[in-house]
Amino acid sequence: MSVSFPEKDRKLVEEMIRHYPHKKSAIGDVLYLAQKHFGYITPEVELYVASLLDLPASYVHQVVTFYSMYLKKPVGKYLIMLCDNVSCLLCGAEDLLGRIKEKLGIEVGETTQEGKFTLWTVECLGACEQAPVMMINDKLYGNLTPDKLDRLLDSLE
Amino acid sequence: MPQVKLISRFFEIENSHRLRVYEENGGYSAARKVVTENWEPDKIINTVKASNLRGLGGAGFPAGVKWGFVPKDHEGPKYLVVNADESEPGTFKDRHVMINAPHLLLEGVIIAALSIAAKDVYIYIRGEYWEAYHVLERAIKEAEKAGYLGKNIFGSGHSIKVHIHRGAGAYICGEETALLSSLEGFKGWPKLKPPFPAVKGLFSMPTIINNVETLSYVPIVIEKGPEYFAGLGVERSGGARLFGVSGHVNRPGVYELPLGTPMRELIHEHAGGIREGRSLKAVIPGGTSCPVLTAEEAEKVNLDFDSLAEIDSMLGSAGVIVMDETTDMVKVLCRICKFYSFESCGQCTPCREGTGWMARIMERIVSGNGHYQDLDDLLDIASMIGGNTICPLGDAAALPVTSFIKKFRDEFEAKASAGSITAASSRLSAEEL
Ligand SMILES: Cc1cc2nc3c(=O)[nH]c(=O)nc-3n(C[C@H](O)[C@H](O)[C@H](O)COP(=O)(O)O)c2cc1C
Ligand code: SF4
Ligand code: FES
Repeated sequence: MSVSFPEKDRKLVEEMIRHYPHKKSAIGDVLYLAQKHFGYITPEVELYVASLLDLPASYVHQVVTFYSMYLKKPVGKYLIMLCDNVSCLLCGAEDLLGRIKEKLGIEVGETTQEGKFTLWTVECLGACEQAPVMMINDKLYGNLTPDKLDRLLDSLE
Repeated sequence: MPQVKLISRFFEIENSHRLRVYEENGGYSAARKVVTENWEPDKIINTVKASNLRGLGGAGFPAGVKWGFVPKDHEGPKYLVVNADESEPGTFKDRHVMINAPHLLLEGVIIAALSIAAKDVYIYIRGEYWEAYHVLERAIKEAEKAGYLGKNIFGSGHSIKVHIHRGAGAYICGEETALLSSLEGFKGWPKLKPPFPAVKGLFSMPTIINNVETLSYVPIVIEKGPEYFAGLGVERSGGARLFGVSGHVNRPGVYELPLGTPMRELIHEHAGGIREGRSLKAVIPGGTSCPVLTAEEAEKVNLDFDSLAEIDSMLGSAGVIVMDETTDMVKVLCRICKFYSFESCGQCTPCREGTGWMARIMERIVSGNGHYQDLDDLLDIASMIGGNTICPLGDAAALPVTSFIKKFRDEFEAKASAGSITAASSRLSAEEL
C-alpha cells in the first residue's frame, strides 16, 4: 500500500492549512486525517505527513510520540478507553476494569485475538459527574455498572 | 445561598445550543450592544475590570486586567485563544458550557476579541471532546451565517474569524504557554515567562488566553452590568462560577453559585449529601492540583479565592472531588502521582524525575511493600520540585503529596509500615533458615 491521500483529502489538507499563518500548525489535523485513513501512524505515514507540510520527518515523529491520541500501533475495531482517574476510581472503576479484562481475556494495552477490542486505561475524560466513565472510539459512556458494561460490550458488532 | 442561573440557565433550556433558541432567550444582545454602540476597547476592559471577573481556568487572574496588558500600539495581528483543554482531573464544567451554551461562549469571544482588536480566534479543545467539538463547529457556522462572526460582524466593519484546533491527548497543553506551542504545531512544551503571552504569544504576537467559562461570563457582565456581577460574590472574588462536584455525593453535577458560598452547602444541599448516609472524609476543592482538605476544613470553608488561600489550598478549576469515610487516601494519592508522572512533559529534571520517583514510591506503598522512610522521602522530593520548574505542573504534582501526607499521616504510616513489617519479618525468616 503506497502511503498517500486521494485527491479529495489533499484538498482537505489545504483547507486545514488555511486556518493558520504557518503550515506547521495544521500538523495535528493532518495527523488525525492520516490516522483515519491509514489506521495508525507508521514511519511511512510520518514521512508522508512531513512532505505535505514541508517538515523534517524527525519533527513529525516528535509530535506523534508526544500526544497520546495518535496511534503508534494498530488497535481493535473498538478502542475501549476506561478512565481510572480519581473520581472514577472513587466510583468503581477498578471493578469495571476487572470485569472488562475478564470478559475479553486481555490486559490493559492489549487487543483481543480477532482484533475486535483494544483496552486502554486513560486519564480523566472530563465527565466525572457520570463516573465511572469510558469512551469507545469517539463515544462517551457514563454511569457505568458491571451489568451495563456487559450489555454494552455484547451489543457491539 | 441558592444557586444562580447565569450560565447554567442554558443547561435547562431545550436546544439551547441552537442559535434561534439562544436568541429567543436574549442571546447576542450584549455583543450587539458593544458593536452597535461602538464601545471603545477601554470601555469593555473597564467594565470587565469593574465586575471583578477572574480567570476560571485555574489561576484566577482578573480577566479585564489581563486584557489591558495587550500593547495598544502593536502593528500586526493579535490573537485571542480560548482554553478548552479541560483536563484537570475532576473538572468538567467547560464541557457543559460548550455543549449547552456554545453561543454564549462565542458571544464572549466576540466581546473579548474586540477589546484587544483580535481578528483571529483559536479555540483549543481537548481531542477527546468530540461532542463539544461538533456542537461548537455548528454554532460557529450558524453565527457566521447570521453575520455575528466572520466579515463585517453586525454590519460594523469589524471581522472576527473563529477557528477550532483539536488537541491530541496531553494534559500539559492546558498550561497556556504549552497550549500555544501545541497550537503552533509543536510538542506541548511550556515556556518560561516573561515574556507573557499578552506581549509575545501565539506566532510571537500579542495573545490573550482565557478559559471557556471566563469568556462565557463576559456577555452576562455586559448585559447585567459589572456592579450586579461583582455584587454576587465577596470582596475581590466577583460574581459566581460553576462548581463541578464528583465523587461520593448523591447528585454529582455542575452547580453555579455565588463566590463565598459555604462548601458545606454545595456538598450537603446542592449535591445532595454523601452517598449511602456515610460521613465525609476529605475534599479536593478544585481539581487534583489543589491541596486536599479534611472533612473539618471542608465543612468550615467558604468557596472563594481568598478563603481557600487562607487554609493553604486553592479554588483551582472548581472541580470539587468529594470522598467519604470508606476512601483509601493512599490509593487516591497514588493515582494522582501516577497522573502527574505520566503527564510531565519532561523538560525540567526535578519534575520529570521527581514525579516518577513519587509515583513509584506510592505504588510500592500501595502494594504493601512500603517503608517508614518512604513518607519522608516523598515529602523531600515534593519540596525539591516545588518552585524549581518552568511551569506550575511541578507544583501541582507536589502539593497533593504534601497535603495528603500531612493531613492523613496516620493512614499513610499504617500502610507504609505494613511493608516495613513484612520486609523485617521476611529478613527474619531468611535468617532463621
Ligand atoms: C498544568 C496546567 C494545566 C492547566 N490546564 C488548564 C485547562 O485545562 N484549562 C484552562 O482553562 N486552564 C488551564 N490551566 C491554566 C492556564 O495556564 C491559564 O491560566 C488559563 O487558561 C488562563 O485563562 P483564565 O485566566 O480565563 O483562567 C492550566 C495550568 C497548568 C499549570
Ligand atoms: S514543570 Fe514539568 S510539565 Fe512543566 S515544563 Fe517542567 S517538566 Fe514540563
Ligand atoms: S475522573 Fe474519570 S472522567 Fe474525570
